[in-house]
Formats: sequence, structure tokens, C-alpha cells
Amino acid sequence: MSRLRGWEQLLGPVAAVALLALVSGLVVSSANQVQYLTAIVYVAIVAALYVFVGNSGVISFGQVSFVAVGAFAAGVMTIPIDTKPGVMSTLFPLLRDHSISSAWSLALAAGLGGLYAFVVGIPLMRLSGIAAGIATLAVLGITYNLFYNWNSIGPAATVESLIPVTTDYWQATIGAVAVICIAFAYQRSRFGRQLRAAREDPAAARAAGIDIHRQRLLAFTLSGALSGFAGGLYVHLLGSIGANQVYLDLTFLTLAMLVVGGISSLFGAVVGAITISLFNILLVNAQLGIHVFGWSITAPSGTSLVGIAVIMLVILLLRPAGITGGKEFSLPSTLLPARLRSR
Amino acid sequence: MIHIQNIIDAIGQGSIFALIAVGIGLVFGVLRLINFAYGQLIMLAAYTLAFTDSWPDAASVVLAVIVAVAASLVLERVAYRPLRSADPSTMLVATFAVAFLLENAALVQYTYRQQGIVADPVGTLSKLNEAVTIGSLHVRWVSFVAIGAGIVSLGALALLLNRTSIGLQMRAASMDFSTARLLGVKANTVIVAAVAVSGVLAAVAAVVLSVGNASVTYTTGLYETLFVLVGVVAGGIDRLMSATLGGFAIGFGISIVGAELPSSGETPFTSNVYMPSVIYLAVIVALLLRPAGLFARGGRGAERV
Repeated sequence: MSRLRGWEQLLGPVAAVALLALVSGLVVSSANQVQYLTAIVYVAIVAALYVFVGNSGVISFGQVSFVAVGAFAAGVMTIPIDTKPGVMSTLFPLLRDHSISSAWSLALAAGLGGLYAFVVGIPLMRLSGIAAGIATLAVLGITYNLFYNWNSIGPAATVESLIPVTTDYWQATIGAVAVICIAFAYQRSRFGRQLRAAREDPAAARAAGIDIHRQRLLAFTLSGALSGFAGGLYVHLLGSIGANQVYLDLTFLTLAMLVVGGISSLFGAVVGAITISLFNILLVNAQLGIHVFGWSITAPSGTSLVGIAVIMLVILLLRPAGITGGKEFSLPSTLLPARLRSR
Repeated sequence: MIHIQNIIDAIGQGSIFALIAVGIGLVFGVLRLINFAYGQLIMLAAYTLAFTDSWPDAASVVLAVIVAVAASLVLERVAYRPLRSADPSTMLVATFAVAFLLENAALVQYTYRQQGIVADPVGTLSKLNEAVTIGSLHVRWVSFVAIGAGIVSLGALALLLNRTSIGLQMRAASMDFSTARLLGVKANTVIVAAVAVSGVLAAVAAVVLSVGNASVTYTTGLYETLFVLVGVVAGGIDRLMSATLGGFAIGFGISIVGAELPSSGETPFTSNVYMPSVIYLAVIVALLLRPAGLFARGGRGAERV
């Protein structure tokens, strides 16, 4: 039974996503629903980012590269085969003449994301600190540059919009919950604990026999696979794919969500993604005009983004360690069966 | 064969990047902060130049310096000082938020001015864009100005750091902030001094950039800063000299690779649209070989400023 101790921590993140999904399914008008679905997909991306950044303590600007690989793979491979050779004639024949179902494209996205992360990680995981951050930023730069210019692997500089929109309410929710559960299982595993030990004290961890390079590589690869999967969900939500959708803006946004929530806990990742997304939805709607007591207020376009930046700053100033303080969700111990209480 | 003209252009570009690198390296030295918002400071100074286009050049440059320094000081006071003891990732994300804020504020102002998002022309010091011709080579005056500004600001900084009390304090603070404070170095004074100097450099960079490209948009400075940040770390961010050389090297590399690769070709690495990939790949290799930086001195405990 002691193996179950601590699993109640998973309740927080899952409940938060479920609540968000419930709100988006029941309360929200259909015009707003896509924003809520985007929020759920962001949860998946940030949880995937957390698997590496949160557990290793190494800031990576490169995880969106794996989101991009997943998004392009899932997008390009699901364009209907009857129109594909016509609209994307410059693709490699293998990509041009075959298409797969959306479900398989998610598996492909996860596989390619993980593979790319593994290959990139072998040399890069030897670095730490600022050098690692900048090297991963360079990976993002290369990934973007190739996707933006090479028309044999995607739409290059144009945005291709024939991608089936299959990420609905259920798929987004189940996908995000799956990513959260895998991230949680990893962080409780032997490997996750070794990496977290190395984050707290690399010298002591090394002395205890932990191979830091190997543990970081494992987390980087897992994070890459989950990021690729989330990229697949993202592209099937947007229904279009272009290199600019998965570049710097998404990188900064997702890292900000993680830090605002609390960088060193999965609960923080989920809470950060949801909080920033909800504020964003609120401000975007305010931009379209809100009615308060007969007054109609309309903010000029672009103010929602200024507002979100101010909100991020205020949250960071009030809670520098993030909303959750980097702590996992916990139930009051009186609510737990005695055998599950922590000592 | 590499053309001499391209080398001359690359030196000019490298000098501009070196100037930006000094501003980033200086703040990193005392705050340990990678300032992703530095490009938006340059943008702010560039907009100041554009809005005061009808003024005499000297007045408009002075105002740009004042605006950049004031903005740097406000940001330091409001956003970075309260977070100094927080996790480095928190301060990093605070710079993202500031960058995001300034970039979008620049977008929103177009709505108030009731016009589309168009570049604002800058004519400040535009004479510098003319070229001197020596034989078959053309050197734009701005290249000399960039090199001159780079040398003068580095020289002035060297004097400031080595010959003045505040400089000594900055160097001490960047080596070991807590010990320096114990020995009586006033943290706020040192940081404010470094941030103010980096603001001046942002304005100088804005002037030099807007001579080369006579218009300002909300993305002015963004592209340069991103490359400079990468170059500064690849060069060695722990010392101002190696950081500056890193900035120069990346500017030089961008210019020369862009000019020497053919301008058409779809396959990766066969044309100059793939210049960023070439540069980033070189940076990754450099970091793997020398994680502390290409131009970093060997041994530990090297001075950071």
C-alpha cells in the first residue's frame, strides 16, 4: 500500500484540467470554445516542457522544436491524399504520396519528437546552465529555419490550411491528461528521482553514482516525445500549419506559463498554463467589448497582449517562486486514509 | 574565394553586434541576468529617433539616450530589483514579459495613431549611409562609426572599470556579489550604474542600426539581440571582453555567410536563406568544444566584467 502514497498529488493537475474541460464543454459559447481547447493543449505542451525543465533544473528554449516536429509531421501526413500531390507538389515523394489517419499521426508526432530530442540530446545534454540554454535556443533556430525554407518537408514559408480539425473536446482533454499522467509517473520513477537529486546537488548526486548525462538525456527524450504529441494535438486543433506558429512566441509563452505556475512542480506547470490562458481569454474578450452596468468598454487591439505581459510580471513579483511555489498538490491529511498519509 | 568587400561589410556588421554585446554583457556581469528585453530597449530608442525626425540630429540622439537610460532604470527598479534573490528562471521570464510588453505597446500605439502597422522612417544621421569608395571597394561611413563607437565605448568602459571606484566595485560585484556587499560595495549603486551604461549603449546601437536601415518597426532590434545573446554566450559571457568578441564574431559570421552563400537553392545549406542554420550549428559546435566560451580564459575564477 505504501506504493500508493503520494499519488493523491496527481489529483490536483488532473482535476484542474477536467474542470477546464467541463467549463469549456458546458458553459462556454461555441465561439469561445476553441480558445478553451487551445488552453487545454497548452497544458499538454507545458507539462511536456516541465518533464525536462522542471525535473532537471536546466532551462531549455528548444522544446518547442519538438512541438514543431510533431506539428509538421502530424499536419503534413494528414492532408487528404486526393488534394495533397496538387497543393504540396514539392514534398518528398514519400511524404507527398501517402497520408495517414489523425490518430496515427499523433503516434508519429510523438515518435519523431522523441527521436529528434534523443539525437539532439546526445551531444547537448553534456552542457549545463547558460551554455545548455543557448545551445537549445540554437536548435530551435535551426529547426525553424529548416521548416521555414525547405519545401520538401512542409509548406515552407506559407501556411498550409488543409489539415483535418480533429482535436475536439474529448481528444484535447484525454491527450492533456495522458501527458500529465506520464509526466507524473516519470517524476515518481527511479529515473525521475535521480534527475531531481542531480538538480538539487549535482556533486552529491554524482557521488551517489547517478549518471547525470544519461538521466538528462532520458528526460529530454521523454519531454521531446510528449512535446511532439502535444504538437500533433495543436496542429489538429488549428487546422493549419506554418513555421511561425511553433517558434519564439510559443517558446516564450510556454516557458512563462511554467515559471508563473511554479517551475519545479507538475501542478505548477498545469496551474501556470491554465491561469495565463484564462487571463488571455478574458482580455481577448475585453478587447471585443464587455458590458458592465450598461457601460460598454472596448479596448484597442493589441491591449490584450500588453495586459497579459503585465499580469505575468505582477504574478512573478508577488510570487517569485510561482503560484504553487513549486510544490505539488496536497490534500489536507485528514481527508486521506491513514495508510496513505505521509509521515 | 572570400571577397574583400564582403569582409569589410562583415566587420561593420560585427562592430554593431559587438556594441549590443557590451550592453548585454555588462548587465549580465552584475545581475547574472540574460536580458531578453534588450532588443526592445533598442526599439524604444529607435522609435524616439523616428518621432523626433524633424529635430536636429544631436537633439534627437540625446533624447534617445535619455529615453533608453530612463527605461532601463525603471525596468531595473520595477521588475528586476524585487526579483534579484529569486530563482534565475524567474528573472529570465520577467525579461520575456518586459520584452512582450514593450513589443506589444509598440503595436498598440499604431491603433492610437489610427494608421496601419507601417515602418516609421528615421532620417537621423542618414548621411552616414553614404559610402567612401577606395578603388573598387565601398565602405559606408556607418561602418566606421560602428567600429569607432565600439572602440570608444569599450575603451571608456575599460577606463571606468579599471580606473574608477565604481568600476572596481562593479568588478568585485560581478566576481562575488555577496562578499562584495560584505566589504561595503553598495549593490544598488553598482547595478544602477551598469544598467544606466547599458541603456546608453542601447541608444547608440539604435542610432547605428537606424542609419543602416532607415525605418523602425515593432521588431527593430529583436533579430539582432537574439543573435547577439547567442554570440555572447558562445564567446564567453563571464568576461566582458570575451562576450564582446563573441558578439563581433556572430555579426561577422552572419554577414559573411549571408554574402558568400548563393542566393537561390532549396536544399538545406546550399543558399543564404539557410544562413541562420549555419550560424547556429557553428554556435552549438563551439559550445560543445568550449562550454565556458570560445574566447574565455582558461582556469576558474576569471573576472566576469
